Formats: sequence, C-alpha cells, structure tokens
Amino acid sequence: MNRSAGSSARDRHPLPKRSLFDPRIVRGALVEAVKKLHPRVQARNPVMFVVLVGSVVTTVLFIVDAGGNTAAENVFAALVTLFLWFTVLFANFAEAMAEGRGKAQADTLRKTRAETMALRRRPDGTVEKVPATQLTVGDECVVAAGEIIPGDGDVIEGVASVDESAITGESAPVIRESGGDRSAVTGGTRVLSDVIVVRITARPGETFLDRMIALVEGAERKKTPNEIALNILLSGLTIIFLLAVVTLQPFAFYSGAQQNVVVLIALLVCLIPTTIGALLSAIGIAGMDRMVQRNVLAMSGRAVEASGDVTTLLLDKTGTITLGDRQAAAFVPMPGVSEDRLAIAAYRSSLADDTPEGRSIVSYAKAHHGVEGHGVNGHGQGDTAVLVPFSATTRMSGVDDDGYQVRKGATDAVQRWVKESGGEVPGALADVAEGIAGAGGTPLAVAEVHDGTARVLGVVHLKDVVKAGMRERFDQLRAMGIRTVMVTGDNPRTARAIADEAGVDDVLAEATPEDKLALIRREQRGGALVAMTGDGTNDAPALAQADVGVAMNTGTQAAKEAGNMVDLDSNPTKLIEVVEIGKQLLITRGALTTFSIANDVAKYFAIIPAMFSGVLPALDRLNIMGLASAESAILAAVIFNALVIVALIPISLRGVKFRALTAATMLRRNLLLYGLGGLVAPFVGIKLIDIAISALGVF
Amino acid sequence: MSGAGWVQFVVLIIVLLVTAPLLGRYIARVYGDEKKAPGDRVFLPVERLIYRICRVDPEREQRWTRYALSLIGFSLVSFLALFGLQRLQGSLPLNPVELPSVAPNVAFNVAVSFTTNTNWQAYGGESTMSHLTQMGGLAVQNFVSAAVGMAVMAALIRGLARRRASTLGNFWVDLTRGTVRILLPLSFLVALVLISQGVIQNFNGHTVATTVEGARQLIPGGPGASQIAIKQLGTNGGGFFDMNSAHPFENSTVVSNFVETWAILIIPFAMAFAFGRMVGDRRQGRAVFGIMLAVWGAMSIGAMLTESGGNPRLDDLGVSQTITEDQSGGYLEGKEVRFGPAASGLWAASTTGTSNGSVNSMHDSATPLGGGLAMAHMMFGEVSPGGVGVGLNGLLIMAILAVFIAGLMVGRTPEYLGKKIQAAEMKLVMLYVLAMPAVLLTFAAISAVYGNALGSLNNDGPHGLSEILYGFASAANNNGSAFAGLDSSTTWYTTTQGIAMLVGRFLLIIPVLALAGSMVRKERVPASPGTMPTHTPLFGGLVVGVVVIVAGLTFFPALALGPIVEHLSL
Repeated sequence: MNRSAGSSARDRHPLPKRSLFDPRIVRGALVEAVKKLHPRVQARNPVMFVVLVGSVVTTVLFIVDAGGNTAAENVFAALVTLFLWFTVLFANFAEAMAEGRGKAQADTLRKTRAETMALRRRPDGTVEKVPATQLTVGDECVVAAGEIIPGDGDVIEGVASVDESAITGESAPVIRESGGDRSAVTGGTRVLSDVIVVRITARPGETFLDRMIALVEGAERKKTPNEIALNILLSGLTIIFLLAVVTLQPFAFYSGAQQNVVVLIALLVCLIPTTIGALLSAIGIAGMDRMVQRNVLAMSGRAVEASGDVTTLLLDKTGTITLGDRQAAAFVPMPGVSEDRLAIAAYRSSLADDTPEGRSIVSYAKAHHGVEGHGVNGHGQGDTAVLVPFSATTRMSGVDDDGYQVRKGATDAVQRWVKESGGEVPGALADVAEGIAGAGGTPLAVAEVHDGTARVLGVVHLKDVVKAGMRERFDQLRAMGIRTVMVTGDNPRTARAIADEAGVDDVLAEATPEDKLALIRREQRGGALVAMTGDGTNDAPALAQADVGVAMNTGTQAAKEAGNMVDLDSNPTKLIEVVEIGKQLLITRGALTTFSIANDVAKYFAIIPAMFSGVLPALDRLNIMGLASAESAILAAVIFNALVIVALIPISLRGVKFRALTAATMLRRNLLLYGLGGLVAPFVGIKLIDIAISALGVF
Repeated sequence: MSGAGWVQFVVLIIVLLVTAPLLGRYIARVYGDEKKAPGDRVFLPVERLIYRICRVDPEREQRWTRYALSLIGFSLVSFLALFGLQRLQGSLPLNPVELPSVAPNVAFNVAVSFTTNTNWQAYGGESTMSHLTQMGGLAVQNFVSAAVGMAVMAALIRGLARRRASTLGNFWVDLTRGTVRILLPLSFLVALVLISQGVIQNFNGHTVATTVEGARQLIPGGPGASQIAIKQLGTNGGGFFDMNSAHPFENSTVVSNFVETWAILIIPFAMAFAFGRMVGDRRQGRAVFGIMLAVWGAMSIGAMLTESGGNPRLDDLGVSQTITEDQSGGYLEGKEVRFGPAASGLWAASTTGTSNGSVNSMHDSATPLGGGLAMAHMMFGEVSPGGVGVGLNGLLIMAILAVFIAGLMVGRTPEYLGKKIQAAEMKLVMLYVLAMPAVLLTFAAISAVYGNALGSLNNDGPHGLSEILYGFASAANNNGSAFAGLDSSTTWYTTTQGIAMLVGRFLLIIPVLALAGSMVRKERVPASPGTMPTHTPLFGGLVVGVVVIVAGLTFFPALALGPIVEHLSL
C-alpha cells in the first residue's frame, strides 16, 4: 500500500470507460423509461405515482369526453395529457440514465467471469476437478501458474505472483503468500507463477466479483436514510397539495367557477415536487456511480451518504500524508569538511544502495550539489571498484576502490567502522545525529578511509516527505469543518513534527490498532462521524467501528469485510475524495429539492388566474407574466414542469460543482443559485413556452 | 398612516426589545435544569403544597409518552369540568342575573375552546356565562391552558438541549411552575395597570341606568380586569364581554390598549430568548426572535397601512378618509374611534400572529386586504410570535423543516442544534405541518357547499368565503378571533369548529412531544465550520421563506377566491 499518490485511477480502470451520455446508454435508457411505467415500479416513488395516476385519469377523461368537446377543448386536454405522460417518462428516463453506465459495466464483468474449474484437494491429499460454483467455505484448492483462482480465499500454502487486473485494473502482479496480511486472494484473478493452495472463504454467489457486479449494477440498491427522510417530506408536501387542489373545487363551486378536472390535475402535478421526485433516485445512483468511477466500491448507498457527514478523518501517516519512504533532505558536514565533499561521498556510497532511501540520496546529491558523472571510484569509471551492499550485520553500504573506502549507514555502525579503521570520531557527530532524530528525521553517517586515514565526513538527513499539496488539502478540509487526525507508529515527537509540517489537526502517535479503535469510539461519543482507511486484519475492528471504513483492496479479507467501502486502487489518500463525493451527492439532492419547491410560486401565478379570471375578472391582475390565454398558461406550466426534469438530468448525474467552502458560504451560494434561481427560472420558462404556444397558434 | 400610529408601533417594539430578553431570562430559569430559580422563597412553598396535595413527586422526570399522557389526561379533566360547570351554572352560586345553563352544543364548543387555549366564543360573554363560570371555569382555563402550552415548549427545548437522555421533565411540575411563577405574577401586575385605566373589577350584576335620551340601559358588571390580564398574557383572547377588547370596560384608554397589545406579545416573544438560554446558545434565541419580529412587524405594518389607507369605494362616494383635525382618517367601519385605524391594524396583526384572538375592532369589517392579512397571519401557523409556548414550538418545527430542505446544500445530512434530522423526525414534522391545513381546508370546503353551513353567512360572494375561511383558520390555529359575520352557534359550526380546535391543539402538541422524545436521545454533533449556521440573518430569511411559501402554497388558491379577489375587485 505504499504506493505514491496521484496514481491515476482512471487509466487503470478494469471497467470499460463510457461517457455519461454514451449513445448506447441513452438508447437503453429510452427503452427502460417505458418499461418502468409498471405501477409496481412507480409505487416506490409516491410523488411520481401521483403523476402516473393523474396521467391515467386525464387519459380516460379525454377519451370519454372527446365526443362532447369542441376541437380546441380536445386539443387542450390531449396536450395536457401528453405532457403529464412525458413527466412520468422523463423521470423514468433520468433513473434509467443513472443506472445505464453501471449496467453496461456489470455486463462486461459478467463476461469476464468465465466458467472456472477448480482443483479441490481431498483430505487424503489427492485432488478432484469441480466447477468453481460448487466450492463452499473451507474447501482447499490447488492453483498453479496460468490458472484462475476459483473463489475468494486465503493462501494457506505457498507463495505466488498474482495478476489482479481483472478486479483492480492494475497490471503489475502482486505477491500473495500464506500467513500475514498478504494472504487474501480474490476469485477471478490469475496466478502467474508458482503453485498455491487457497482455502475458500466465500460462499458461492457471495464472492467479491458477485458483489462487485451487484454494486455497479445497483441491483441491491436500498433507499438511504436521508432519501427515506426526504421521501417523507415529499410525500407530506404531495398530501398538502392534494388537499389544496381537492378543496379548491368546492371553493370554486361556491364562487360559481367550477373547474375542469383535467385542469385541476394539471395544477396538482405542477404543484407537487415532481422535479426532485423524478430525479431523487437518479442522484443517489449517480453518486454511487461516481464512487465506482474512482475505483471505490461502496457496499451501500448509506455509506456514500455517511461520507458526506464525516467530521473526523483518521489518516495513516505513511502513504497518505507522507510518501512511503524517507528521503534525503540535507547534508550536514563535520567541521573541516565541505558540503560538496560530503555530497560526493554520500553519492558514491549510495550508488550501490538500491533502497528508496539510497536512491533519494543519489538524486538529492545530483539536484542540489551538481554531483554528476562521478563513477564509483570518484574519477571517472573504474573497473577496480567493489560495491559493498547493505547487510543486516554491518548496517552499512558503500564502495571499496583501490584503498579508498566509503561507507554510509546507521550512526553507531559507522562510528564503530571509523574507530576500527583507526580514525577519530568528532564530538559533533553525536550532536548532529541527535538533532536530526529529535526533529523527526533519520540520521545516516558517512565516513571514508582515504590514504589510510579514516574520518567521519558528515551526516545525511533523511526525513519523511509530506506529499505535495497535502497542506492545502487539510486547509480545505478544515474549512469544511473536518478534523484530520494523523495516525502513526512513530514516537510522539517525530509524529508531531510531521503533523505540523503537513498541517493536520491532531496526531495519534505510537498507535496500536487498539488505540485506533479507542480513538474512534472517543470521537463518536463526542458526536463526531469518523472515516478511516485500513488494510490489515488488526484494522478490522476499527474499520467496522468507523462510520466510513475504506478497506484497501490489497488488504486482508477480514479488513475488506469490516469496512463499508473497498478501494480497488488501495490508495489511502482517496479517503478525502470519498468525503467530497459524499458531500457532492448531498448538495445535489438539497439543491434540486430547494429548486423544485421554489418553482411552485410561479406556477400559481400562471394557473390560478387562468382558472378563475373567466368568472372573476379581477383575478386577471394576478397574471403578472401576461400569459396569452388560460389554456396556454396552464399548458405552459405543465410543459415547463416536464421539461425542467430533462434539463436537470445532467446536473443530477454529474452532481453540482463541488468546492471546499465553509457551510455558511456554501449555503449562501447555493441558496442564491437554487433558491432564488428556482423562484425566478419558471417565470422566465413559462413565459417563453407561452410565447411559443401562442406563436404556433395553438391557443 | 398617522404619526401617532407610527410612534405607537415604534414604542411598542422598543418596549418589547427591552422586556422580552429580561422575561426570557427569567423563564429560562423557571424551566431550566438548574436547581435554583429566582423567587424560590415565595414560590417554592406554594408549589410544594400543590405537589403534596396532588401527590406529585417533582423529582421524577417523564419520558415523552408519559408526559403526553399526563397532558392529555389533564386536558380531558379540564374539558369535563368546564362542560359540567356550564351545564349546571343555572343552579350554582355567583349568578347575579340568573343566567340559565348553557346549551349542550355551545357548552361542548366552549369547553373545547378554553381547554385548547383557543377561546373561540360561540356565545355572548356577559349574556351567557355566570360569574362563577367566568372565574372558576374560563379564567382558570385561561391560566392552565396557557401553562400547558408553555410546558410543551419546555419539553421540546429540553429535547433539543439534552444529549443522550430519555426524559423531558415532569408535566405536572412544568404546569405548576408556569402558572405560579410566570402567569400569576404577570397577570396580577397587568390587572392592576388595567384597573388604574378604568377597566372594571367587581362582583356586581347589571346596573340599571337611564340614558340622556331617557332610555333604560343595563350596564354590566363583573371581575373584568383580572380575567382580561390573563386573557392577553396567556394568548387566550376570550373576552369578558361579547365585544371583547373593543368594549370600553375591557379596554378603556389608549394606555390600556397599549398595555394589552404588549401583554398579547410579551410572553411569546420572551420564549425566543428563553430558548436561546436553555439550549446554551443565545445567538439561536436571538435568531428566532428576529424571525418572529420580522414577520410580525411586516404583517403589522401591512395591516396598519391598509386600514389607514381607507377604502377606494368610499373615495368614489366623495367620503373623505384623510387625516384631519376632526378625524383620525382611514377605514373606520367596525373600529373604535378612540383607537383609530393604526392601533386597530396593529392589534389585528398581533392577535392573529399570536394565538390570542381577542379583538379591539371587528375584523369582518376590515378592508379585504386587512382581513386577508389577519387570516394569512393565522395560516402561517401562528409562529410570529405565536401562542405562549406553542408559537415557539411551531417556529422550531419550521426551522427544522428549513434545515431539512436547504441544509443538504452544505453537504451534510441535515441537523439542527447538532442533532440529526432523520426519517423519524421528518414523519413527526410532516404530521405537524399537515394537521392544521387538513382540518382547515376540509371543513371550510364542506362549509362552502353545504346548505346548512351557508345559512350562517352574513355575506355572500368572496366575503362570505372569507368568513368561512377565517372561522376555520381561527379554530384550527387555536386563535379564537372571528369574522363576526359568521353565526357560529349552529350545531354544524360548534361541532366542526370544536373538532378543528382539538386537531389544531393535540395533533400539533403530540407530534411536538414525540419529536422532543426522539431528539432527546440523540448526541449533538459539535459545531464546526462544516455545520450549517442557524443563527444568521440568512438562515432567518430562509425560515421566513419556508413559513411563507409553505402556507402560501397551501392556502393561495383558497385565499385567491376570498380576500384576494375581493381586494382586487375594489
């Protein structure tokens, strides 16, 4: 998991890329939109169900009354009926569009899930060939190079390199071995070398691949808690408007202006929150889809929603905040040694060091001291040089070249080497080394034996390097009211130094998994919602306790089951993106709810004067839009109400633009945009449609 | 509008700005979780005596269900007692003019009306009720029905303020403390001021007088001031006299009129500050106060201006409605000349913004727009500032609704005061929001086409519809004021309005208590820059928008056929 940040998930996605409005998806969605007219589907959405019933009633009325009506009355009833049906169809279309990309991707995954055969090991050690679908928990299977692993499980014997690109999209093979945190294998991936024995841990039909298909397809999509609450609000509003419209007829009767039922239904459909009712499920599906596009599999929509609510982020230091490895940050020479001299020696001693630390010394010397072209022997390439690689006993690496020797390594090891070679160790060395360690860095001493004289040249300061842009990220998170806690095994002093540099709010140093769990519980008791990433089995309790637990795909099966999301890229920095996607989902939902309700004001000003100004001419003064006729006013409102759904499909699928701002600023911006915009837009829209209708000469 | 009208309005606001925070601080101590409260030396012995007699353990807190059951039980007993008293008053003492017992349908309506803090009067005060019924029945309910509303508010605030708790306080304790510590002392003070202004307070029957023209006139007597003080303070509104606060014995001078207007508003406004203190964030209380003040202020100015502006039809007839030395100007039909159109408009907005319902002018005679404003003000759900206790409840419900609709736009699931608003809470909020319009629109719609009900109308056309709408808006919002043209003593109206009052009271109170019970269990998410601020002017504007849009969308069609078309036809 120590992969560097910024690895682009998009390039390595296992699923075929499709744009949101891929023509194939649009075609499929058009068909789905009609299929979704089934009352059982509609009944799940109370608002749209009312529209469906309204459409059926107006259709029946149109047919029944057609004979007795004038041509103009028939055209009016037909057009209202038509656009009521369109309202339902547009809502279905929006949902089908949101589901489209996931469905297409699930189909691809199904194709790649070939019918695999497994070699199951009998208790006596012999093997039998069975279909993978018959494997049950506890079965042991032998998988050799070139074969596909038949199911999810743990390696219990052997070690092998495995190609997991079918799941992760990552083509570089990974090592899987028995015992420890790298034992988990996923069904559908391919063994590239060696032979392993896998003990199956997933029941047939419940494997990771199965779950992945179900998730991208949205087959098991349940309404999230906030969606349920929002549906209650929308149903409540629908009932209120139903009351307002139903009681309007007696009031109209009293006033001598009895209304046509088609007109009353048109008014009802315009008033109930159809816009958000039509787009609500599309917004939720699209939110899940955006997670999938970033290679994060959320096990439920609830988890996506919770990620928007997160108030505390637990971030592992290594790999998330800092690059995985320590890097050279400075050369500190001993008295009497020039810095360049030290740089050259450090460079030479590291040429043989293939660790990330060693490589970082080489590149630092090149970049900051212009050390270039020095061969191993210091004066061009020599053949006599002997590389001395790092070993656990010497804890040094270096080069021997014809009497010239250079070593780099742990301070005490280098000290001993210098003393053994007859040199003096300057007192400054201990001070410098201690200073570096105190600041959270790692000191590496560099020494040489030149012409028989051994001496210490100086110290290389290795330190954790905070990834670029992290401070800005944390500032943004803070602005959004999210507290960041860095979790590390380092001692408190080191941890604090890195935390200050990165700009996180708090530190959990010398952290054990138990500490992590305790921290999460403490935060939650204080009302916080906590998100974290983890990969090891000992992370599992914390992942389960956290409100949002993102398990790395490279992690153990236990970790993946404990969390409520899996990151296929195993990139812990992605936790921040997960939070942003969650917030974006909620903002989109809120924006369109506000927009939808604000829309109603204009519709009243269109429809009420149209209904009554015939009998009560004074009410024509409410026709502030100056709509051409009663019929065109009502039609314009109905048409606007239907078209606004289509107009808002892109925003509900892509989500509103997200910017890291404080809640107060976001509220002001969005209220202005969607609240005020929602008030004004329909005045303009209805007027334009009215102009079009009268220009066409319909009414 | 006259300069005096403006001065009166501005002075009232200043007096409210000074007195409401002070009273709010006191109320917060009365209902707060602290052990000690001011005035313990005087009040505690009285309360302990009451607890001992009623066998109440003041330390024992109740969950919302028990709290609600206590409240319903208390209201039921109150209803039965008041019903019985009216039916038997003919054979009971303190009945100097020997009034007969009250008819059963009226007695039912009145008993419901006074136990629900509505004080709709389907009867003439001085000509129907004996002194005993007035004092031992109606006045008692004026106190305790107001205290019940305040108790519910205390429970809701505790639900919001406490975290991971289960109980909301003790209904009997809240009822007792509210009555003893808030309503009684304030009423005593206000009654004294009113008596000083000439409002009557005696046990006399009718005094026979001979007028200048030689006619014989019966001048009523009775314990007026004491009852009028609590009728205003407790947002009850039921007049001692049929003419309510337009009667000179109830409201004699400009000073008494000012004091009574203040008394209508003071406790509901003070509740906002009490709320802020009890939830430990005074900014929240100030925001709520600001919302209440903005809506009440706008409606008041609207009503004052329309009534002062006069009626254009009269201009056409050559009648002067301008302010001159000889006349106060404006539209004076149904108004007391000693108050004038501005003070009448201000009162009309204040009595409908609270659930008071007392009147100093006849709303039926107001301009269509003025009457419409009064009606709309009730249809807002009476949250500006609303009835004692229940007004704040309504406003908090609206705030929760606003948070839920717009709160998502900050990228979090909605929360109010750190408490998450989820499906369970939304169900209760929607129940609350639905109950009043449902009963109002349903009964009004039937009354608009039911021949028997139409017989009660004094007018036809849009104004007749306004009378129906106003009647049910008043009943369903527990207001009690009337468009006097409607004869509401028929069986149809006493029954339907009785039901509307019960729905408007208990189908609002029970969801509020359930909501408090649900909220009290929750943890409060600590506030951070990611929390939607609920104390800013922007949020205040949002809540006002939600109040106006929700009511507007619900009632606009009906209003369009009543007061709006009537106004546009002028």
